Amino acid sequence: MSQQKMPKQKSEERVKNFFEVALGFSKEQALAEAKRCLQCKKPLCVAGCPVQIDIPAFIKLISANKLDEAIKKIKEKNNLPAVCGRVCPQENQCEIACILSKKNQAINIGSLERFAADHESAIGQTITPTKSVKSDKVAVAGSGPAGLTAAADLAKMGYNVTMFESLHLPGGVLMYGIPEFRLPKKIVLQEVDYIKSLGVDLRPNVLIGKTYAIDELFQQGFKTIFIAVGAGLPQFMGIPGENANRVYSANEFLTRINLMKAYKFPEYATPVNIGEKIAVVGAGNVAFDCARVAMRLGKDVTLVYRRSEQEMPARAEEIENAREEGLKFKLLTQPVEIIVDEPRSSSKNNKILKEGRGENGFVKGMRCIQMQLGEPDASGRRRPVPIKNSEFILDVDTVIVAIGQNPNPLLYKSTPNLKVNEDGTIWVDENLMTSIPGVFAGGDIITGADTVISAMGAGKKAAVSIDNYLKKR
Amino acid sequence: MYSICSKKSLAPGINEIKINAPEIAQKAKTGQFVIVIVDEKGERIPLTLADWNPVKNTIKLIFQEVGHSTNTLAELKVGDSIQAVLGPLGKPTEIKNVGTIVCIGGGVGIAEVYPVSRAFKNEGNEVIGIIGARSKNLIFLEKEMKDTCDQFYVTTDDGTYGQKGLVTEVLNKLFQANKHIDLVYAIGPVPMMAAVSEATRPLKIKTVVNLNPIMVDATGMCGACRVTVGGKTYFGCVDGPEFDGHLVDFKELKSRLNLFKEQEECLNKRCPSKRAKNE
Ligand SMILES: Cc1cc2nc3c(=O)[nH]c(=O)nc-3n(C[C@H](O)[C@H](O)[C@H](O)COP(=O)(O)OP(=O)(O)OC[C@H]3O[C@@H](n4cnc5c(N)ncnc54)[C@H](O)[C@@H]3O)c2cc1C
Ligand SMILES: Cc1cc2nc3c(=O)[nH]c(=O)nc-3n(C[C@H](O)[C@H](O)[C@H](O)COP(=O)(O)OP(=O)(O)OC[C@H]3O[C@@H](n4cnc5c(N)ncnc54)[C@H](O)[C@@H]3O)c2cc1C
Ligand code: FES
Repeated sequence: MSQQKMPKQKSEERVKNFFEVALGFSKEQALAEAKRCLQCKKPLCVAGCPVQIDIPAFIKLISANKLDEAIKKIKEKNNLPAVCGRVCPQENQCEIACILSKKNQAINIGSLERFAADHESAIGQTITPTKSVKSDKVAVAGSGPAGLTAAADLAKMGYNVTMFESLHLPGGVLMYGIPEFRLPKKIVLQEVDYIKSLGVDLRPNVLIGKTYAIDELFQQGFKTIFIAVGAGLPQFMGIPGENANRVYSANEFLTRINLMKAYKFPEYATPVNIGEKIAVVGAGNVAFDCARVAMRLGKDVTLVYRRSEQEMPARAEEIENAREEGLKFKLLTQPVEIIVDEPRSSSKNNKILKEGRGENGFVKGMRCIQMQLGEPDASGRRRPVPIKNSEFILDVDTVIVAIGQNPNPLLYKSTPNLKVNEDGTIWVDENLMTSIPGVFAGGDIITGADTVISAMGAGKKAAVSIDNYLKKR
Repeated sequence: MYSICSKKSLAPGINEIKINAPEIAQKAKTGQFVIVIVDEKGERIPLTLADWNPVKNTIKLIFQEVGHSTNTLAELKVGDSIQAVLGPLGKPTEIKNVGTIVCIGGGVGIAEVYPVSRAFKNEGNEVIGIIGARSKNLIFLEKEMKDTCDQFYVTTDDGTYGQKGLVTEVLNKLFQANKHIDLVYAIGPVPMMAAVSEATRPLKIKTVVNLNPIMVDATGMCGACRVTVGGKTYFGCVDGPEFDGHLVDFKELKSRLNLFKEQEECLNKRCPSKRAKNE
């Protein structure tokens, strides 16, 4: 029997809507896929999973049609299965380790995980939550995957957990970054509800470092603090014209769309102003998310990347999806300047202003230079070098910069004795404890932009370290 | 959660509300602001902390009705709740004893310049207050300012009250009278802050302006609030909102404030044709 493939919305259809692209396995498919699992004695897949889900065990339960038990098995280790089943790069983790991957027939573990999780949301929660029994108060700053996971595990251990989130909605990147069509927000909120049902007190609209400083949390009686504030600081290219109107960071564009629901403007009050021809700079998952959102707003979208397709860091599946949806590629291309509408005479200005477009200060093109690949650089990828006299102007009226995120310095700037590494990540020891005793950190804030599952792995590890730390006191 | 505990109108289209927000009231400092989301489908808008009361756990906001969010906020009554309030945000004003300070507030900036003037005064400075508006009926907090400042001036564009003209005219008169000034603080419409900075530039008087770029998260995560200061890009929400007026690129700020003009107008009229286009 060969690998089951997840059905998808047709590309012509899906590019016109924000509904989920991947539709999930049918029960027949799931059972058939589960039956292919060889149930290895020494399963390699488990070692590939950053949170060590007992993969063969849950797959066996699915193949026996014991779906309630299958999801319980997953949730022993993974608090966010409906999320992970959708956005984890399984092809680099559990699935690549699967013995069948040698024949290109790896078990579709991610889709099975999603199937089990979706089964649970369809029938309602199967786990009776435990309520706090220990009196120790633990604070978690940030409600992305790292914070959610640590909070859930600590609550299961019986601690009294309060999770602070600066935005008005929980979930971190799951909520504000990853678009609806890859990860429906309803699912994120369902997972968060589960974590709240474990007894975690969620406090949105609290910016740690501003609303409360770290030492104030100790004064309020928290015994330990877990910092999981992510890598939210957008990088810009540092080229002329970058502050023009209609130049957005990926974070701004995605936050407007996903968190604030600008795609439903004016029902939702947050606007987004983009033109007709959009350039997205970068080629990671974030760039592809931006490009696919812009296509769903009916725009002509070009991805601009300075290396070649081979070096693109995004998941192969997302590149494929985007291509099917009509994304154009301008590879080996480096932006050097954003060309901006020059100020015009005020009378003309007024007219244009009334028409609501083309007022000066808006993008009217992007000057780029052609690149070629040279010697490999530190990352092992061939270094792009500019070709002399190859500059040209790309005809675009909107630029979305998706070239990476750094850790947000806000929290450590307001916490002077917190040790920070040169790259802006927070320094931690092998137990994820920071330079301040009792303060732990994990997720993107210690690694720089990484993955959902590695952030969750850090959350799990932090929960264990915090438990050990509190027991010793 | 965040309920409105008092509300009054200070001038046509300018309202003052007090909100229950204990943690912000405990922590607020002069010059900081909050993000307000009025209702479930609302936008995140920044509003300066006009005052706060750590005993009663309330914060005071003064806002001008200029568009959808501020209009919706103005419709709320005492007892109604606001979806979300986040703060205190931004760097506080550096309140030091520097000597003589001119504090200038224009338009709704009058609300914002009052706590700054008061803090400078309490620190032992000589404070000269100048507030300006289009017309007499848009002047508010006059008594509070008068009681706080050592010298106090009002200007109106149309001359219906105080001195006719712009706030910079009063400032220039102070210069002409050889009044020694150590610091100028200005908050209000962009052209006013730009004009004040131009007036003080030749005299090399340090000038602090409080900028109002468009914001989304206001936690340093999106860069919507980018401003150019001294040729470098800063995030207004976390690096500001106060900057050195002599270094600010006001033209860029003004242009960036116009980014959503079309959408704002559409929202105010709620026009259905635009709606289809945006979906
Ligand atoms: C657009 C996009 C697409 C992605 N796609 C994928 C994907 O398909 N698969 C994958 O595995 N990974 C993906 N990633 C990466 C992944 O989302 C992150 O690695 C992961 O979310 C990091 O988790 P975290 O908990 O460390 O931080 P975050 O998810 O960033 O959460 C941090 C939270 O802390 C809050 N916060 C920040 N500062 C404070 C403060 N001072 N006080 C209180 N709260 C604060 C933030 O608002 C946020 O909610 C993507 C990232 C982006 C941006
Ligand atoms: C740090 C800071 C402090 C402020 N303090 C006050 C205050 O105390 N009182 C007060 O009346 N106003 C204040 N403002 C301005 C206030 O935020 C805007 O008037 C408000 O956001 C307008 O929203 P609207 O939907 O009512 O109007 P809209 O019709 O949406 O916009 C009217 C104008 O307001 C500006 N604006 C729109 N959206 C935003 C946004 N999300 N962030 C910032 N500006 C925006 C734009 O220039 C726009 O042209 C402050 C702004 C900043 C940045
Ligand atoms: S408002 Fe988003 S970074 Fe300042």
